[in-house]
Amino acid sequence: MHIIVCIKQTPATANIQIDPKTGTLKREGMAAAINPFDEYAIEEAVRIKEKLPGSTVSVVTMGPPQAEEALRDAIARGCDEAFHVTDRAFAGADTWATSYTLKMAIEKIAKEKKPFDLIICGKQTNDGDTGHVGPGIAAWLNIPNAAYVGKVEEVKEGTITVRRMMEDGYDILELPTPALISVVKEINEPRLPSLKGKLASKKAVIPKWDAAAIHADKSNIGLSGSPTIVAKSFNPPPRKGGERIEGATPEEKAKKLIARMKELKVI
Amino acid sequence: MDYDLTEEQQAIVETARDIAQLKIKKVREHYDKTEEYPWEIVEEIRKADLFGVYIPAEYGGLGGGAFELVLVVEQLSMACGGIALAVAGTALGAYPIMLYGNEAQKKKYLPDLASGKRLGAFTVTEPEAGSDAMAAKATARLEGDHYVLNGTKVYCTNGNAAEIYSLFFTTNPSRGARGVSCFIVEKGTPGFEFGRKEEKMGIRASPTYQLEFNNCKIPKENLVGSEGIGLLIAQATFDVSRPGVAAQALGIAQGAMDEAFAYARTRRQFGQPVISFQAMQHKLANMAMDIEAARALLYQAARLISRGGKQRWTKESAMAKCFCSDVAMRVTVEAVQMCGGIGYMRDFPVEKYMRDAKITQIYEGTNEIQRNEIAMSMIKEAARAGAGKK
Repeated sequence: MHIIVCIKQTPATANIQIDPKTGTLKREGMAAAINPFDEYAIEEAVRIKEKLPGSTVSVVTMGPPQAEEALRDAIARGCDEAFHVTDRAFAGADTWATSYTLKMAIEKIAKEKKPFDLIICGKQTNDGDTGHVGPGIAAWLNIPNAAYVGKVEEVKEGTITVRRMMEDGYDILELPTPALISVVKEINEPRLPSLKGKLASKKAVIPKWDAAAIHADKSNIGLSGSPTIVAKSFNPPPRKGGERIEGATPEEKAKKLIARMKELKVI
Repeated sequence: MDYDLTEEQQAIVETARDIAQLKIKKVREHYDKTEEYPWEIVEEIRKADLFGVYIPAEYGGLGGGAFELVLVVEQLSMACGGIALAVAGTALGAYPIMLYGNEAQKKKYLPDLASGKRLGAFTVTEPEAGSDAMAAKATARLEGDHYVLNGTKVYCTNGNAAEIYSLFFTTNPSRGARGVSCFIVEKGTPGFEFGRKEEKMGIRASPTYQLEFNNCKIPKENLVGSEGIGLLIAQATFDVSRPGVAAQALGIAQGAMDEAFAYARTRRQFGQPVISFQAMQHKLANMAMDIEAARALLYQAARLISRGGKQRWTKESAMAKCFCSDVAMRVTVEAVQMCGGIGYMRDFPVEKYMRDAKITQIYEGTNEIQRNEIAMSMIKEAARAGAGKK
C-alpha cells in the first residue's frame, strides 16, 4: 500500500499573530514545526504501514525552502520518502490554489514513483484553521474523502473503513480506495522520532519541485491564482481586566458585588 | 558549552532529550512514589532505538561506544535518574558479554539487549561482600555439562525487570579472588528466585532485588571467559561502565540546577525575583561551574574509552565517576536550598534529585574505593616510569 501524507510547516505555537497591514500570518522570528494535526496524520500512516508489510509512506509539503525541515522531521517519525513543492510563484495561495498545487504534486508522485492508495491529511492547520485543503485535494483528484476521521477501522484491498466524528456521534464510512481522509487528534498518540529515523532523515535526499516541475497551470497557483479575497483580518482585541470587588471578608465582598450589580441593572 | 558532537551523537542527544522531557517528566513522580516499574517508558526507549547505542552494529546496536551511552544516560537522568537505569543497568549486564563473551554468547544475548527486548542486570555484591567484592561466598559447581549455582546475591539493579544477568560465583573457594568466575543466568531458570525487594531512599523507579540461588542448573556454555577470571571481568566492566554512573550523576545535577534556576527566576520575595539576590546568583554560578567541569572530565574520559587502544581505563573512569557524583550531591543539596521550603516538598521535583544523587557516590564502587583506585593507578604509573629510567 502506498500512502501519501500532506503536511504543512506552521509556527510552533498556539499564539498565531496576524500582521494588521497585510492581513497575512506573521512568520518572522517564529519557531516552526510540523502542524500539530499533521503529526497525527503521519502517525496514522506509519501505523498502517507497520500493519501491512510492504507498504510505503510518502510525505509532501508546499512551502518555502525552510519547510524542508518539517519533511525531514516526518522522515524521522517513520515516513519513507519526502517531496518538497517550492516556488516563489506559490506564495500567498489560498486553500483553493494550495489544494490544486498539492494535487499536481501528488499526480507527479503517483506517475513517477508509485500510484497511491490513500492520502492522509491533518483536519486543519494551527495557523490558517480552515480545514479546506484535505477535502479540496480530494475534489481536485475526484476521489472519495472523509474529514474528521477519529479512527481507522479497517484497511483492506480496495477499501478503507473509517469512523467520522460528528457533533452528535459518529458515522462509519467505507470508502473505495484510492481515497483521502483527514484526521482529528483523537485518532492516535504520535510517537517521538526514533534514533534510526533521525539518522535516516539527515541523510534523506528530498527532491524540490517548482511550478514547472509539477506542470501547474500558472493561473491556478499563488496569490494571483487564489479566488479568495481577504477583506479584513485582525487579532481579536485583548480582553480588558474586569472590575475588582475588594473587601475584608467574603460577606462584605458579596454585599458589595450585589450592590454593584444592582447599580448596573444586571440583576 | 559546545563539545563538538558528531551529527549522529547530536541525534542521540535530541532523541533521548525528547523522551526525557516529553515522556518521563510527567510520570517520574508517580514511579518515585509507587516504586512500580516504568514499562511505558522502557517501551518508548525501545521504539527510539536508544538501548543499544554502545553495542556493535553486528550485534544489533548502533556501533557507538561508552561516549554514546553517556549521552543517553545523561539526558534521561535530567528527568529521572531512576528510570535512566533501565538503560545504564542493562549496559552493566551487557559489558561482561561484550568484553569477555565468546561469539556464541554475543550472538545469543547482545541483540536482545541492544533492542531492549530483554533488559540486563549485573551484580557482584553479597551480604558480606560489598567493597570487598571478592569475598563472595555464592558458589558455582561444575557437574557434567552444567554448573550448579548456590547462594545469595544482593542489591541487583533492574532486579526482576531484567531477563539476562551477568553474575559472579566462586568456582574455587580455596583460591579466594582468583577463584571467582562470571556467568550468564537467564530469568526463569529453575532454582533462581527473587528474594526481598529493597525499599530505597532514591532511584525508586528502579527495582533493586536480592537474588536467591538454590541448586540452580545452568549450561556450562554460560561461563563467561574462563574459570577464575571473574575479578578481571568485573574490573574491566567497571572501567567502561562507571562513565554510565557518572553520566547519571551529571544528568541529575543538571536537572536539579535547571529546576532550581527556573524557580528562582519566578519566585518573588521583597518585591523582586529571588535570583536577583547575590547569594542566589553565587549558588547558581558554583553549580554551573561544577557541572561544566564534571561534563568536560566525563566526556573526555568516555571519548578515550570509546576510542580504545588500551586494556584498562581504571583511573579515567574512576575520576569521572567520583567527580561527577560528588558534583551531583553538592549541586542537588544547593538546589533544594535555593528553592527554600517548597524545595523540601515531595510534590516539587527538586528533593527527588537530592535523594537520587546519593546512590551515585556509593554504587559501582564507593567514592572512597574510586579514590583508592585513582591513587593506586598513579602509584603504578609512577613506578613504571621509574623502572623505565633505570
